[in-house]
Amino acid sequence: MPVRAITPDYVGEVKDLQANFHGNQLVYVGWDHHLMFCAAFAFPLPPTTTFRQLRDEVMVEGFSAHPEWKEIDWDSTQWLLNGEPFIPQLDVALIDQGIDHKSLLRFQTPELKGFMGAAV
Amino acid sequence: MAANKLNLKDKYRLLTRDLDWEFSYQERKKAFPFEEFEGIKITDWSKWEDPFRLTMDAYWKYQAEKEKKLYAIFDAFAQNNSQLNVTDPRYINAIKLFLTAVSPLEYQAFQGFAHTGRQFGGVGARVACQMQSIDELRHVQTQIHAMSHYNKFFDGFQDWSHMHDRVWYLSVPKSFFDDARSAGPFEYLVAISFSFEYVLTNLLFVPFMSGAAYNGDMATVTFGFSAQSDEARHMTLGLEVIKFLLEQHEDNVPLVQKWIDKWFWRGAQLLSIVGMMMDYMLPNKVMSWKEAWGVYFEEAGGALFKDLARYGIRMPKYVEQVQTEHMSHQLWWTMYTHGHATGFHTWIPTDEEMDWLSEKYPETFDKYYRPRWELAKQMEAEGNRFYTKALPQLCTTCQIPMLFTEVDDPTQLSFRDTVYHGERYHFCSDGCRDIFHEEPEKYVQSWLPVHQIFQGNCGGPGVEQVLSEYYGMNLGADNLDIKGSPDEQRWNRWKGVA
Ligand SMILES: [Fe+2]
Ligand SMILES: [Fe+2]
Ligand SMILES: [Zn+2]
Repeated sequence: MPVRAITPDYVGEVKDLQANFHGNQLVYVGWDHHLMFCAAFAFPLPPTTTFRQLRDEVMVEGFSAHPEWKEIDWDSTQWLLNGEPFIPQLDVALIDQGIDHKSLLRFQTPELKGFMGAAV
Repeated sequence: MAANKLNLKDKYRLLTRDLDWEFSYQERKKAFPFEEFEGIKITDWSKWEDPFRLTMDAYWKYQAEKEKKLYAIFDAFAQNNSQLNVTDPRYINAIKLFLTAVSPLEYQAFQGFAHTGRQFGGVGARVACQMQSIDELRHVQTQIHAMSHYNKFFDGFQDWSHMHDRVWYLSVPKSFFDDARSAGPFEYLVAISFSFEYVLTNLLFVPFMSGAAYNGDMATVTFGFSAQSDEARHMTLGLEVIKFLLEQHEDNVPLVQKWIDKWFWRGAQLLSIVGMMMDYMLPNKVMSWKEAWGVYFEEAGGALFKDLARYGIRMPKYVEQVQTEHMSHQLWWTMYTHGHATGFHTWIPTDEEMDWLSEKYPETFDKYYRPRWELAKQMEAEGNRFYTKALPQLCTTCQIPMLFTEVDDPTQLSFRDTVYHGERYHFCSDGCRDIFHEEPEKYVQSWLPVHQIFQGNCGGPGVEQVLSEYYGMNLGADNLDIKGSPDEQRWNRWKGVA
């Protein structure tokens, strides 16, 4: 039973369809073990954004306040897309490499232990 | 000839049970159309034991007496400028949060009980819900009156009900009650009367009222006391509902258990707000959130569920996943780092407060949370007080930013997701994900503030306009750090501190 309702065959209105975002899609990005940022960030982006733009422009806004941001070695950074290991293609559009609406990207930098080595 | 005065027993019968009547030209089922769709089976409403044992005329008399005393104290409070007696102006921010997050829930409770009270075929349940409904209306009114005094002296009190409907973090308490009120009448009672009022309410009221007493806020203490005897009645209703449903039919047991699991989890996540208040917002601390949980849930709740075992009811499903060791720290960090977007002030705990937190959370505070505050202190000293730049991912069910960590790893955020009809949904926990799975058609409709902003439904284009124009915050006064705030400046002037 998809809902316990008095109206037979009740169907809810999906509030967050991509069509409601005026041409953008939502992409969430989180930096694992870096809890200076309390949660992953949500970004509304054109699906044609390249991964390079996401990394070098969009993510900078959210994450660059971190003292370790400048030390990230992007060549050894590991990525997860919706929980699965993922190898990004820098100059390919998000949507063309499977990063669709409401996808979650997580990145891991195991050599960086966070502020005071405390996963901050 | 009728006697002038009825004895109590007759009066009680006439004024409650006797209010019902036989339906002669309409089917009873049609008069109570909400009674069956949830699948609850009621075989005999006369088995309902009235929890309040109170007639309307006695009710009015008691409440009127309480009101008289309460408003006399409010008057004295105002005349003596008692706002100056609170410990320090940081405390007032707990009250701002109460007025915007909790008082509107009293109003929602009033609406909820008025509606449910209409839907039950049993007159005893109808009368009990009606009385509680009136209580809840009284609660919201006395709270507004108590806090209106602070509105004259501090920022952030001006538009609490408007804010409740719109502000990003207030969608957490609002959606909690929206969820309950849009459920059927039996789920509503299991959610609010039992899971919230009976099982969890002490975790809300005791900390707030003792917190107020410890911090010189007599207005809040007084409305707390005045509500207490009402709360005692509400708890009795919560217990009666559960026992009645479980005794009426064995098919009710799994339904009730599911609702307990759901509403316990939703309530525990919601109460992280209280945890944050106890551990961080009260200048004079009462006890830690972890201690409060131990006393008011683990001890009291443990005994209750042992009692309910004979009906086939077990402990709420996600009880092991409630992270009382971590939630208050994680939530206050979230509020601190989003302090540009909160309708109250935030701050770094003082060194003494951090030592208190180390003592109360010896396994975790120094290891995981003190370093965050060290970073915040360092940034502040560099003239760069940390305000986060982008908007957080929210849980589809509880609507809290996805800030909670894995139960077995406090350094890793907990991410859960599911795909339903081709759309992906995200959750903070197993509990929130499972609640979605039970009723996806309900939660696909979640009004998630961050997504609403990005859809252009909250004004804009920038965050500043959303905060000031759509939320109604006075930027530079209501929000930001307490340091340098107009609240702090006024306080120092009143106290003669340079
Ligand atoms: Fe209440
Ligand atoms: Fe209540
Ligand atoms: Zn959640």
